[in-house]
Amino acid sequence: MANQYETVFIMTPVLSDDQMKETVQKFEKVLTDKGAEIIHQENWGLRKLEYPIQKKSSGFYHLFEFKADSTVVADLELQYRRDERIMRFLTVSMDKYAIAYAEKRRANRNAKSAAKEEVVAEQPQEVNNESNQTEQAQ
Amino acid sequence: MAQQSDIKYIAPVAVDIKKKKYCRFKKSGIKYIDYKDGEFLKKFVNEQGKILPRRLTGTSLKYQKKVAQAVKRARHLALLPFVTDNLKSN
Repeated sequence: MANQYETVFIMTPVLSDDQMKETVQKFEKVLTDKGAEIIHQENWGLRKLEYPIQKKSSGFYHLFEFKADSTVVADLELQYRRDERIMRFLTVSMDKYAIAYAEKRRANRNAKSAAKEEVVAEQPQEVNNESNQTEQAQ
Repeated sequence: MAQQSDIKYIAPVAVDIKKKKYCRFKKSGIKYIDYKDGEFLKKFVNEQGKILPRRLTGTSLKYQKKVAQAVKRARHLALLPFVTDNLKSN
């Protein structure tokens, strides 16, 4: 039974760009070798962490979305643990709502990257008229 | 009618009329709460990073569970802090 999973991992910020890409490729290979079908991946780049992990205050985030048997996840997580470049990881299985959301998110991201050239200026539309006090005459 | 106005005089109209709380997920038809969106999840935690109770946010039980799950996942990935001060101000 193939399930759909989503995995996010954080790589240590001491890596160079090439080393980071190499790490990503390694895990991509881990997945494909085990017969997983990678549906989508995202590189979030260097991000600030909300709290320090291993005394680092930032890290490279990467996301994989894949279809695979449940046994693959255990193998993948074992590989994560063995690799000292990985500071943190999270793998979750996706239900139908998660899959629908991920598809929407992907479409959004694609649209955003396509529309980047046009530079759409968004106007904040906030109307705060909170004058609900109506005094009644007796 | 005279009675009604008398009652109003004794007990004035409540200063802030309580708005009925509603579950924003049910209302807007959101089915999945994303743990990757830290900014969105900040609406459901207080300044110290604690998850806000249902009685304050009005979220229905079904979605409160999902919010809690998402917040916890986000914390694990350092997208949200476990503990902090003045989360909202920065």
